[in-house]
Amino acid sequence: MKQYGFFIDSSKCTGCKTCQLACKDFKNYGVEQNFRRVYEYTGGSWTEDKGTYRQDVFAYYTSIACNHCDEPACVKVCPSGAMHKREDGFVIVAEDVCIGCGQCANACPYRAPQYNAEKGHMTKCDGCYERVAEGLQPVCVGSCPLRALEFGPIDELREKYGTNADVAPLPPSSITKPNIVIKLNGNARPTGDTSGSIANPREV
Amino acid sequence: MASKIVQMLKHGMTRRNFLQTTSATGLAAAVSSIPLPFKVSAANINTDKKPLNKEKVVWSACTVNCGSRCPLLMHVVDGEIKWVDADNTGSDDYSKKDVQVRACLRGRSMRRRVYNPDRLKYPMKRVGKRGQGKFKRISWDEAYDEIANSITKIRKDYGNEAIYLNYGTGTLGGTVTKSWPPGKTLIARLMNLNGGYLNHYGDYSTAQISVGLNYTYGGWAYGNSFSDTENSKLIVQFGNNPAETRMSGGGLIHHLRESVNKSNVKMINIDPRYTDTTVGFSDQWIPIKPGTDAAFIAAMAHVMINENLVDQPFLDKYCVGYDDKTLPVSAPKNSDYKSYILGAGKDGIEKTPLWASTITGIPVDIIVKTAREIGSTKPCAIYQGWGLQRTATGEIASRAVAMLALLTGNLGINGGGSGARESDYSIPFVRFPTLDNPIKASIPMFLWTDAIVRGPEMTAIADGIQGKDKLEVPIKFVWNYASNCLINQHSDINRTHKILQDENACEMIVVIDNHLTSSAKYADIVLPDLTTSEQADFCMDGKAANMPYFIYADKVIEPQFESRSIYQICSDLAKRLGVEEQFTEGRTQEEWLRHLYAETRKIDASLPDFETVRKQGIVKRVDPNGHFVAYQAFREDPIKNPLKTASGKVEIYSAALAKIASEWVLAEGDVIDPLPIYTTPFEGWDSPMRKQFPLQLTGFHHKGRCHSTYGNVDVLKQAAQQEMWINPVDAESRGISNGAQIRIFNERGEVLINAKVTPRIMPGVVAVGEGAWYTPDAKGVDRNGSMNVLTTQRPSPLAKGNPQHTNLVDVQLVTRA
Repeated sequence: MKQYGFFIDSSKCTGCKTCQLACKDFKNYGVEQNFRRVYEYTGGSWTEDKGTYRQDVFAYYTSIACNHCDEPACVKVCPSGAMHKREDGFVIVAEDVCIGCGQCANACPYRAPQYNAEKGHMTKCDGCYERVAEGLQPVCVGSCPLRALEFGPIDELREKYGTNADVAPLPPSSITKPNIVIKLNGNARPTGDTSGSIANPREV
Repeated sequence: MASKIVQMLKHGMTRRNFLQTTSATGLAAAVSSIPLPFKVSAANINTDKKPLNKEKVVWSACTVNCGSRCPLLMHVVDGEIKWVDADNTGSDDYSKKDVQVRACLRGRSMRRRVYNPDRLKYPMKRVGKRGQGKFKRISWDEAYDEIANSITKIRKDYGNEAIYLNYGTGTLGGTVTKSWPPGKTLIARLMNLNGGYLNHYGDYSTAQISVGLNYTYGGWAYGNSFSDTENSKLIVQFGNNPAETRMSGGGLIHHLRESVNKSNVKMINIDPRYTDTTVGFSDQWIPIKPGTDAAFIAAMAHVMINENLVDQPFLDKYCVGYDDKTLPVSAPKNSDYKSYILGAGKDGIEKTPLWASTITGIPVDIIVKTAREIGSTKPCAIYQGWGLQRTATGEIASRAVAMLALLTGNLGINGGGSGARESDYSIPFVRFPTLDNPIKASIPMFLWTDAIVRGPEMTAIADGIQGKDKLEVPIKFVWNYASNCLINQHSDINRTHKILQDENACEMIVVIDNHLTSSAKYADIVLPDLTTSEQADFCMDGKAANMPYFIYADKVIEPQFESRSIYQICSDLAKRLGVEEQFTEGRTQEEWLRHLYAETRKIDASLPDFETVRKQGIVKRVDPNGHFVAYQAFREDPIKNPLKTASGKVEIYSAALAKIASEWVLAEGDVIDPLPIYTTPFEGWDSPMRKQFPLQLTGFHHKGRCHSTYGNVDVLKQAAQQEMWINPVDAESRGISNGAQIRIFNERGEVLINAKVTPRIMPGVVAVGEGAWYTPDAKGVDRNGSMNVLTTQRPSPLAKGNPQHTNLVDVQLVTRA
């Protein structure tokens, strides 16, 4: 079985969200869905001394869509079978089968499946598998102004960039074995870190 | 452990999502107890859809004022744009200088601007008060009659000096369609055939730096192209933030990223905010109080002088006024820069790091270390953005940044810089001729509201009037094409609102735009303009370091509703005013494009022909010189290649400024000085007003908008929210948590907005992205975070520019998060 994945270069990412909006435009979704989300993780503190300031502030962005996991939590809990992993490794929801129960959304530690009120069922990133079948990239990848996203067979990406898939605020990759490789930002904190927090909760 | 971390991402849920998820789970509980007859296996699901075969792909462009210019590939089905792709041509290999010009989040959302519910559908005439947004539909003929009659009447009653073309950058970088500079638009051509109009100089982007650095370098000040940072050993940026201002993937943030990848050098960012540029390069952030950069630089100069890190031979050979050796004869004793730094100047203060530390908020050791690092690492690229010049002391502060480049001799060399903003190589292109304006009077752009109220009182020495000693008449007619500067982008919205309420003052306002913007609501006549998607134009002027390009943006869809092109509007009005033949010269819009391109090919015969360009959409070039190195010829031979200053050299001490300082009438506290000294602004960090309004408010460019353009696109508003940045120290003392609704206020107005409580801004400073659409409630309180409710119309001393980053405010909690 083939398995594709994403390479996310967090060292380059400036949090512009072009990936998020390119996806939204191509897939024609409104404000309710964010198949790709850009998390801002920020921390650090300030001290004042005689009118001057010292700080150890840090911030970085991580762009996350569906990671098309080896052990997708969404598929495990889906009662209808709508959520499934394809032969090409993409995890997708069969929208004509989904009953919109939302269990997948609760199970996924990355918040990939999202309820669409208009449609009455779950929706999610499908890896643009139709484009991939035509030899194209997922729309988000080719949109990145910083060239911080790459797409390809996960074996090849891991050979090029290593195997790291962990960084705060993401969950441990051991839970679902996501098919992503993350290059860390200079400010990166490990998964489980509590020195910072998601700074843009209303945007993701 | 795992579940706790899982909740961290869940923490990002909006209330809306939360409610949906909860109710969906409820549904699951109900259905999961019964057998599911429709459970199917993955193999049975046919999700493969055939691609649409009737789709066509048309090149267009995003023509807004971000400094970039992105091609867009419009995917069209049955005359409707279905989705927007970016440039996907070529290898996208930076090392081969073959780069895709990838649009940012805004360009990718163009479809939602074109099909926006705010689109203007037909000409309208105001029926309520200005600003109320009450209009009645009229025909194009009625609209043309109203406008032509008003022009004729105002020319007769006041003369053409009473007709003003308001600054506007809603449609930028075209040949036919461009709205900026107003003097190079079709409106200018129309008016120049009808007696002319009142000129302006300066703009909201660069008023202070363009005037300030003119006295240092002579003319517009250039910087090395970002591509040249591949040759740098250190990069120092003052308020320069391409990750949020020039976001194109073929524009400057991409060039900076790729070039720094090559040199692999450290970048120091000096800014009150920890910007996204700082995130993307993650080296060193030096937070600084707004308006104090010149003090930081003076103290670094002190360190460099005392530690012999100054490039004395460079200063002796190329500069005027570093020390007494090169002072002009007209200058008083001890009026040189070195004397100013060492305490021998007229203020008698030694500019020590200790002196600067309390002014800037930067600890002494960081000032010293930074000075040593800059002084001993060569070449060092020193840049400034336009944030620190958009202040009440912006002219002098912009000159101060140049001092760092001069003291260290980094001017005119690869890997170095001038301390100005980065420059770019561009492809010459013949533009639409707009003819000569018979009116010579010119006002500082920022004072257009004053020119409505007190035009004939405005003089050269008090108000910076150029072309004549004083204005004769006030502004009576305003053209406002593709511009939200009539209310939204101009300072002190409440003052502008009051000025525009008087219909006997400015008698006619014509707004031509795509959407019912905040400004359009102030129109007497409003005309619906075509978007870039509905007409053809060449589009260019995107800043792209050493890899310039231009775009042929074709007509993608038919004009929506009754909207018409600016070319048709002006041609129709020209006919009403009896100058149609002179205006059109017998050409259609496409014939003009072909004509201008034929003229361009006379300059550069290697360009492909018109039909080829139309098909390929984008023409890319590479700077034959490698990189743009500002003032390289001057550095190589200053005698043969002098600067355009009076002395031909870099003027650290400007005799011209000394003369202006002695002659001009200035407001109390305003300073014009021949040297780039530190001076404290009105409403600065040490103003007595801080007792009442303790927070400094600065603005920034917002990712979801280009100024105000795209400000009505719902998905962008969700993805990049309009919030006020505030440090936890200032937020906690006011009971404000992240996401709380707050009010920002000062004597000029009040804004409601949500708080982003973040350590990414220094204590004592708050920041708001400029450009949110002014949306007042019945009490006049803006409810959309429109910053200019809080900014002042008091101009800066020399350029008479907009000090929109110099404000004092206070903030209070309204509703808890």
